[in-house]
Amino acid sequence: MPESEALHASHVLEYPYSRSVGPVIGAFLTGLRDGKLLGVRGTGGSVIVPPTEYDPATGEDTGELVEVGPGGVVESWAWVPNPLPKHPLARPFAWALIRLDGADTAMLHVVDAGGPDQVATGDRVTVRFRPAGERIGAMADIEAFVPEGGAS
Amino acid sequence: MSGQTTAEELGPVTTLATPIRLDFEFTPGVAQSRFLRGLEKGKFVGQRCPTCGKVYVPSRGSCPTDGVPTTEDVDLGNVGTVTTYCVVNVPFAGQSIEIPYICAQVLLDGADISFMGLIQEIPTDEIRMGLRVEAVWVEPEELTPSLASVRYFRPNGEPDADYETYKDYL
Ligand SMILES: [Zn+2]
Repeated sequence: MPESEALHASHVLEYPYSRSVGPVIGAFLTGLRDGKLLGVRGTGGSVIVPPTEYDPATGEDTGELVEVGPGGVVESWAWVPNPLPKHPLARPFAWALIRLDGADTAMLHVVDAGGPDQVATGDRVTVRFRPAGERIGAMADIEAFVPEGGAS
Repeated sequence: MSGQTTAEELGPVTTLATPIRLDFEFTPGVAQSRFLRGLEKGKFVGQRCPTCGKVYVPSRGSCPTDGVPTTEDVDLGNVGTVTTYCVVNVPFAGQSIEIPYICAQVLLDGADISFMGLIQEIPTDEIRMGLRVEAVWVEPEELTPSLASVRYFRPNGEPDADYETYKDYL
């Protein structure tokens, strides 16, 4: 390289944050590690997923944990044709808001649908967990949601 | 984690690792690249302003006072003066140097701006403004275009610099 040219180099900046999750999100993440999807009952009996410590509408404490899913309905979605390295899947996928069976709110996750013509609002999907030995209590314990009936 | 471990043994999840990571291509620009290439040769290279004559190290390629390009390279020596300093006593994540250590602004002889350097080979309670120091470089085969080529600065044994010689650089 000529002396007149500017240098360049690859750098990585990383902060290794570790967050305390609290009793409710902690229960949700523990559920994921166990292969279960948990919501929480809010004011008036609605079920919030992922669970929160307070009902976002009323500010009141939420109540008991309830199991939801494993199926659900796609409420909205966006196709990702060119996944980035930090995306959860290396192949094209959809980000989707999924309302799990038994829940009153939708949760953001991945639909592994093969192509944008194979996902639509209103579609039924079901959860695909990672193998039990790989689950650590994190959102990525859910590998993806897949079209119900298995056409992924 | 073993697949045989039961949920009871693992206990409830209480924390979540959420690293924030940024991968990027850094370019220091043409002017600072000259400084970095100087480090690779084991020397400090600055640049002089053609208007006011001040020598900047590392040079940004122009004089901030006059707004003109700096074109004349100046090889600065290995020796400078501590203008101000800080003794670091607080441990933090990722710390690579044993505490306590001294972080100082070093004004190289012939330069008109100081830069930050690690000071070693002096007890922390003996560090002072005006201390004369010299750079200690890594082994020649370990030199890279990076400030990591400078291991640290250490007292060079000269008498302290007169305050008048560096008072304009604080
Ligand atoms: Zn100038």
